[in-house]
Amino acid sequence: MAVERLFKDEATEEKGERARMASFVGAMAIADLVKTTLGPKGMDKILQSTGRGRSVTVTNDGATILKSLHIDNPAAKVLVDISKVQDDEVGDGTTSVVVLAGELLREAEKLVNAKIHPMTIISGYRVAAECARNALLEKVVDNKQDAEKFKSDLMKIAMTTLSSKILSQDKEHFAKLAVDAVMRLKGSTNLEAIQIIKKPGGSLKDSFLDEGFILDKKIGIGQPKRIENAKILVANTAMDTDKVKIYGARVRVDSMSKVAEIEGAEKEKMREKVQKIIAHGINCFVNRQLIYNFPEELFADAGVLAIEHADFDGIERLALVTGGEIASTFDNPESVKLGQCKLIEEIMIGEDKLIHFSGCEMGQACTIVLRGASSHVLDEAERSLHDALCVLSQTVNDSRVLFGGGWPEMVMAKAVDELARKTPGKKSHAIEAFSRALLAIPTIIADNAGLDSAELVSQLRAEHHEEGSAAGIDVISGSVGDMAELGISEAFKVKQAVLLSATEAAEMILRVDEIITCAPRRREDRM
Amino acid sequence: MALAFDEFGRPFIIIKEQESKTRLRGLDAQKTNIAAGKAVARILRTSLGPKGMDKMLQSPDGDITITNDGATILEQMDVDNQIAKLMVELSRSQDYEIGDGTTGVVVMAGALLEQAERLLERGIHPIRIAEGYEMASRIAYEHLEHIAQKFEFDATNTEPLIQTCMTTLSSKIVNRCKRSLAEIAVKAVLAVADLERRDVNLDLIKVEGKVGGKLEDTELIYGIIVDKDMSHPQMPKEIQDAKIAILTCPFEPPKPKTKHKVDIDTVEKFRTLRQQEQKYFDDMVQKCKDVGATLVICQWGFDDEANHLLMHRNLPAVRWVGGVELELIAIATGGRIVPRFQELTPEKLGRAGLVREKAFGTTKDRMIYIEHCANSRAVTIFIRGGNKMMIEETKRSIHDALCVARNLIRNNSIVYGGGSAEISCSIAVEAAADKYPGVEQYAIRAFADAMDSVPMALAENSGLQPIETLSAVKSQQIKENNPWCGIDCNDVGTNDMREQNVFETLIGKQQQMLLATQVVKMILKIDDVISPSDY
Repeated sequence: MAVERLFKDEATEEKGERARMASFVGAMAIADLVKTTLGPKGMDKILQSTGRGRSVTVTNDGATILKSLHIDNPAAKVLVDISKVQDDEVGDGTTSVVVLAGELLREAEKLVNAKIHPMTIISGYRVAAECARNALLEKVVDNKQDAEKFKSDLMKIAMTTLSSKILSQDKEHFAKLAVDAVMRLKGSTNLEAIQIIKKPGGSLKDSFLDEGFILDKKIGIGQPKRIENAKILVANTAMDTDKVKIYGARVRVDSMSKVAEIEGAEKEKMREKVQKIIAHGINCFVNRQLIYNFPEELFADAGVLAIEHADFDGIERLALVTGGEIASTFDNPESVKLGQCKLIEEIMIGEDKLIHFSGCEMGQACTIVLRGASSHVLDEAERSLHDALCVLSQTVNDSRVLFGGGWPEMVMAKAVDELARKTPGKKSHAIEAFSRALLAIPTIIADNAGLDSAELVSQLRAEHHEEGSAAGIDVISGSVGDMAELGISEAFKVKQAVLLSATEAAEMILRVDEIITCAPRRREDRM
Repeated sequence: MALAFDEFGRPFIIIKEQESKTRLRGLDAQKTNIAAGKAVARILRTSLGPKGMDKMLQSPDGDITITNDGATILEQMDVDNQIAKLMVELSRSQDYEIGDGTTGVVVMAGALLEQAERLLERGIHPIRIAEGYEMASRIAYEHLEHIAQKFEFDATNTEPLIQTCMTTLSSKIVNRCKRSLAEIAVKAVLAVADLERRDVNLDLIKVEGKVGGKLEDTELIYGIIVDKDMSHPQMPKEIQDAKIAILTCPFEPPKPKTKHKVDIDTVEKFRTLRQQEQKYFDDMVQKCKDVGATLVICQWGFDDEANHLLMHRNLPAVRWVGGVELELIAIATGGRIVPRFQELTPEKLGRAGLVREKAFGTTKDRMIYIEHCANSRAVTIFIRGGNKMMIEETKRSIHDALCVARNLIRNNSIVYGGGSAEISCSIAVEAAADKYPGVEQYAIRAFADAMDSVPMALAENSGLQPIETLSAVKSQQIKENNPWCGIDCNDVGTNDMREQNVFETLIGKQQQMLLATQVVKMILKIDDVISPSDY
């Protein structure tokens, strides 16, 4: 007797082959979607949001594309998730990880159709992934000792990362910006210290790295526009009406004159506060919250530059840069650490006035000002630069470097292929499939560049037959080139993360033999 | 029918709004119920064993869970059928009681139902079947005790514990590094275990996960991790020999519970109020400083002013720490949770050797590690993995492993896995069946057949010939009088589970049999299902 309803209405269940097919199809669809953005000649996507304003994003960053998609297929969501993690963890390779996972599943599907059990495929993939990782480990170059070489490595990595983005035209310029910025961090991965300011106008080439700190704010009227040897107090305090914080307090008066008195007292209080602040011996005061006209006027009278409403990040960064501490009470002027910098001035970028702090005590932080034709270009440029910065900061910590241009994939594929030949049993099919999936990445890079991928990849394979070859795809000239000469490098950490998370995700999806979808929660109509 | 006639021959209705209800009675009801129970068991059947497959579940909000943990699958399934709900409950109670074997129990119940169906068709009364099952389960229960072995281990020789945890983990996706995870789980349990009393408080083990890195990076930390950062960005990131004040009161002005008003009507009052306020903040912070605290952990938020004062006095602080974490920190550091500033005394401070803030990846995620605590009886397992689903699944797997280790500490009897215990029970029950006169005999035999279904499912999932393998193993058990023969799922080459080191806890197995029998009995006793039809 059939059971009529095991699940609630609209909940669905898919089993066995069908479930597997659904997840294969979903995962491959996602991989195919981002596939065309891979490599230096990859194309961009336009994303239009469904929210208000129908804002448009043009991007070629895998994580950004996938983040904005509304996906229903559960397997596809796994891929989106790994891409997001890749973004958080190493910053780059967000497209590669999805494409590799997709290819692994594509190969797995063939094997499943050839009646090989998913568990066998998984165990094969595991062995293969381990072997591929070891192959990479053998070939890494570590130039940590040699500062000069290390810097050139960083340059190369930055250029390789940027070459697939909108910044590829000026990649040298931007690579230099990124490397300089990261070198200033001196090994910390705290990217917060690098501020990126976007100002439409000018061309991408006009972007520059500023050694100091730029705050996107205006200087109060009537206050000095330029201060040398500034002493800065960074604060987070209310400078409007200082609220009484004790609960339940309220002002109740019974005559007009008392109102005036209280108002006077309030003003007095504010004046006192300002006096106290000025007593710190400062000539610049930056507050996170608003500064009302009255205190602003007092500051102006005292010749102190007052900057209001700097956002939270700005405050933190400013405190970091100038070496001051963020203050909220002002009773002990002698013990509050003040920030210092050589020069504060108002500068113009395009049409906007900004406040520029230069000659700061702490050399870590810096600002990159991006210029570009439109806000879309700037957004994309920011994302690209962010990728590059992430990769660089990770590389500074883990300085192992590989060649790029499909070289790592070829090396891995070769090692995995050899392993397949040595492995007895059905597993070897899976291992072979793994190597085919790896080869798909150089194939796609070549395809995206409009090259004859079959020809190029087979040439590459022949080149790699010899030990120690540095051959990869030279997309610009459309042939097989020496990656060492071309200076195309990638960070080992990124490649390793791509390999491991793609295998993990593929394994996870392969293990599924049943999908149960609950009925979507109904949104209550609030209209 | 729920229709009766009164003395005048007029019909009247017993069940209210009868026409809007669907109703099943007698054999039909039993058969439908059995079919529903079987359907649930069928879903889980493929998840059993080391080669079991996973299920992907999409929640109403669109979140994805991938798991092969029986309890989780059933809990997340949107089940509507009443009998199916009973099966869900069954798995859940196994989860609460034992923590592992949640899939096995459902598969067993499904098999018992399947056998019951056949007996019903032969015309045996359901209650007789239920009674037969009850007798059989008692036989099996005792037999399990008979074949169980004591497992000797102590704080230095943890190998047996690790082996058992590995058996549990081998059926999960994390089996790639089951060895290291099993070691972590055992170490964690031993760290919090009270070996004298044979008791383990699993609440003291915190399992925290963070996406990124790889599974191999998972580590055991003798201390607490809090997913928070210092309240002020410029506070020190590392504190040696911290003395921790654990507070549940906010660094904010007092909010008396009684309703009150402070009326300000003169300038003097305004001024005094202001001074009071400043003094209040100052006092709070000074109080913490006076008792010698070098770190403040607070359940609530801080006012900006208080935050600065803390910073100013060089007193690092963490805010918005959850209640559970706060308790754990208090246990680990040996401090007391202080609800009021006035009650802060030096004795109530917790101590930790090292407190540090650690950043992850490229985002601004930071966590606070509290290590080398005065009382290291609270530990944290920190899981890393490629994606969110992986972390969640690892958490569940670790939980299972922890439960198994705990059960072993409570009761160190084990039985061998790989279906060997079930096969052995099946043989014992089959042999005992002939001694029972009456219809129950059939039910007892049916129970023995049902026992076979677990090893059968194992063999099926491992890609072996189920019937062939099972009969071979069974005959081997009888021939060699060796209750440790099981299904060789991993193709190791031997059927002897002692050599393969596949163990399960005795209480886990016993609980499975008892729970499964109970639920089946309950389902069999139902002969009328009344449910409101769709509205």
